[in-house]
Amino acid sequence: MNFFHRARRLLVLAALSLGLLSRAADPARPIIAQAALAESPAQRIAIITTLIGSGDESIQGLLAAWKEDALFVYAAPDGAKIPVQLSGDKDDKDSQAATRVDTGKPLLSAAGQPLRLIAADLTAVEHTSALRRAMKAVLDLLDLSTPDLKKRISAIQTLGFAQDAEKLAALQARQKLETVPAAQLALREAIALIGLKDASTEVKLASLQELEALHPIGSADALRAALKEAEAASHPSLAAAARAALNAVDRHLTTVNFFGTLFRGLSLGSILLVVALGLAITFGLMGVINMAHGEMIAVGAYTTYVVQNVFGSGLALSPFGFSFHLPGMNTGGWLYESYFLFALPLSFLSAALVGIAMERTVIQWLYRRPLESLLATWGVSLFLQQFFRRVFGSNNVQVSSPSYLSDNWTFNDIIFGWNRVFVIGFAGLIVLGVWLVLTRTSLGLLIRAVMQNRNMASCMGVRTERVNMLTFGLGSGLAGLAGAFLSQIGNVGPSLGQSYIVDCFMTVVVGGVGNLPGTVVSAFGIGLADQSLQQILLNPVLGKITVLIAIILFLQWRPAGIFVTKSRSLEG
Amino acid sequence: MSAPTTRRIEFIAVAVIATLLIVVFPLLNSAGVISNFTLNLWGKYLCYALLAISVDLLWGYTGLLSLGQALFFSLGGYMLGMHLMRMIGDLGQYKKPIPDFLIFLGWTELPTFWKPFSSFPFAAAMVILLPGLVALLFGFLAFRSRIKGVYFSILTQALTYGGSLMFFRNDMLMGGNNGFTDYKFLLGADVRDASTQRALFIATAVTLVLVYLGCSWLSRTKLGLIQRAIRDGENRVLFSGYAAAGFKLFIFVVAALIASVGGALYVPQVGIINPSEMTPDKSLEAVVWVAVGGRGTLVGPVIGAIVVNALKSWATRAYPDLWLFFLGGMFIIVVLLLPGGIVSLPGRIKTWWARRTAASAETAAPLAS
Repeated sequence: MNFFHRARRLLVLAALSLGLLSRAADPARPIIAQAALAESPAQRIAIITTLIGSGDESIQGLLAAWKEDALFVYAAPDGAKIPVQLSGDKDDKDSQAATRVDTGKPLLSAAGQPLRLIAADLTAVEHTSALRRAMKAVLDLLDLSTPDLKKRISAIQTLGFAQDAEKLAALQARQKLETVPAAQLALREAIALIGLKDASTEVKLASLQELEALHPIGSADALRAALKEAEAASHPSLAAAARAALNAVDRHLTTVNFFGTLFRGLSLGSILLVVALGLAITFGLMGVINMAHGEMIAVGAYTTYVVQNVFGSGLALSPFGFSFHLPGMNTGGWLYESYFLFALPLSFLSAALVGIAMERTVIQWLYRRPLESLLATWGVSLFLQQFFRRVFGSNNVQVSSPSYLSDNWTFNDIIFGWNRVFVIGFAGLIVLGVWLVLTRTSLGLLIRAVMQNRNMASCMGVRTERVNMLTFGLGSGLAGLAGAFLSQIGNVGPSLGQSYIVDCFMTVVVGGVGNLPGTVVSAFGIGLADQSLQQILLNPVLGKITVLIAIILFLQWRPAGIFVTKSRSLEG
Repeated sequence: MSAPTTRRIEFIAVAVIATLLIVVFPLLNSAGVISNFTLNLWGKYLCYALLAISVDLLWGYTGLLSLGQALFFSLGGYMLGMHLMRMIGDLGQYKKPIPDFLIFLGWTELPTFWKPFSSFPFAAAMVILLPGLVALLFGFLAFRSRIKGVYFSILTQALTYGGSLMFFRNDMLMGGNNGFTDYKFLLGADVRDASTQRALFIATAVTLVLVYLGCSWLSRTKLGLIQRAIRDGENRVLFSGYAAAGFKLFIFVVAALIASVGGALYVPQVGIINPSEMTPDKSLEAVVWVAVGGRGTLVGPVIGAIVVNALKSWATRAYPDLWLFFLGGMFIIVVLLLPGGIVSLPGRIKTWWARRTAASAETAAPLAS
């Protein structure tokens, strides 16, 4: 009992201190309470309007309650009038928990017990349409003061683009308080944008000059409108200023597009690189045309999907008429988010295993017949695609990105998606890893020996069959890793691999077969060319076709790719 | 069995099958014994057989595995398709004198490059000219830089992939995704009429027999010898003083033309052409027909095209989910276990039988002594 008492005292203390804290952070509560007690609607509006520019979290809830008739005035036995908010579930007497509007604490009786009130006994605080409008103005500007920087900036920008002169005062008020540079910049832009609609020429001119200095991309439409207006009013100085501002925006846009294209090209190049690296090993080093390489990518992507669901709520599959349920671990938070880190090695392993199984059953008989290996592996690819359809369904499956991959950085209006930054970084790691495996491990030594001269290696006692198997496993595993990435960037479906296979082969051929540095250069070259052509031709498909034509022409100039592996062999 | 006897047997077989296809089948159809559906289906198979021969001429005879034959097949189809679209006249959905999809795209007049296709001779000439030119240009570039083997396969695959991407676009003004369909008239006759379909079947059969005979003759000429020499050892051909690139280019263009004519005959019989016919998958499918039938022979691709497609028609109806497993499995099994295809089966059985009887004779001999 003693313990129970102490615990309760602690709880009360905690509640009190919380209440004090919230009171300190909520200067808006007493104001709303005051408004609720005001005599006339006009007074209420006047009081509510003073809240404009405040960013307190309690405002939204209280005003919403007011509008929904959940705010009441409670007449205490001692005659004091206390505005309260009724909330929570009704009990059998229809009474609800009451919270004081001015403090946010429960309403207490004279004896210090929390009171429960019945809504029907009280009078709801009235609200006229003019009051609701005033509330809306407060709520509109509420986001201007929210502590969440992103939300704040987007609210500022929304107000700027609306070009509503009535909101100018609030923005200017905010400008005095704002300390974060990014938000300050957004405020200047928004104020300048609203200034374009101002009646006086001086303000307009100043706004145009401000916009020229700031050159925000989003202001282009407003500037064009201002230019048209100035030309219509035949106002040369305004028109010139508008034109100068537009030019500044255009110049900025060109720069942003240029770097954006560069970034997208690099990230596409990295994807191509990760995808083509596996192919460079199986095709370049082993001479096997693996048309099922794309399906190895899909194996990796589906593995990521399965791992994600195992970390989540499990997965029900019904392939070939059987149905079974993969139990989920129902994890949440950071543990769930870390599924991707487990999915990476697992996707490598599963694709490597599928690749080794394929090598043992089909490819090992076809090492000296590359064209036949092309056909047989295409058969395997059809087989696997249909297998995915039967197991996972023919629609795309949903793979959600962990939060550390789904955000982005915006630097000078250029957006850097974290998933793409991650892919670029990881591609570098994989290249390094493959290079280390090939040059620093005994497996790498054996791989290179077998590729250079199979018979000689065999004579020296190298178990070439095993080396082939492991090399093929390595190549397929890399494709699986690529699949884990692609699941974060695009859709995962049965024909995922098909969309990459042609590009993949192109990358390896252009790079020079059997040459890993060549693959790296050609992957980035093709990625950049593809993205810049899309930007120039304003059409993705046309860009892709142009790249294909360019590759055919490039091979006229360098038939063996960028880096030629020198050989005296006639058939090499 | 000496060579002339084989030749005679082959000639008789071809004559019998040609009579069956060109005379007997259509007669049975007009008598009602063979349904219009079956005849139409077989007409489709024969078009596929033309495509298969064009793949085989390159792969089986010259060692060039082209994965771009579907492009030439559909280009031929598109050229005739354009004429068929013009022949719809104002009977389309919108009752306007230009094809429906153009109206849908906001055109009120015929684009210039469409205009000459109102004439059948022009469209027929384009069936030969356009794929021929594409093949000539691509082949020239590819063979000049000595692209061969798997690189040739990959590049031709990219070519047809690029082609399909291009035709999928609406502003190509070739019908985009949906392609051309809903044909009404061909040379004044109603396309959907049984007698027109019969005539198209006969035309396909005649073309197939002519192409067969032509290729068979070609393989017996000196050019055919060089062709096979290139397949078996290109460097030796080069060192013997032959410009292999020229020969390869010639064969490549001829093969493209055969595929294109096959496509042109295919379109009015099937009633639709769209860019999905152009994808690398379709080329690879044609390669399966050849592999299953037996490459390096002329009978093989024809048999393969008919057998695999008949199987497909049956399996896609009976087991729609399993067809791709079938097709994939067929690929693997034929490549691994039966590289000579169906055509090589009698020979294999014969050697197996001979070995078996020889073995039993050997085991029997000691007993007898």
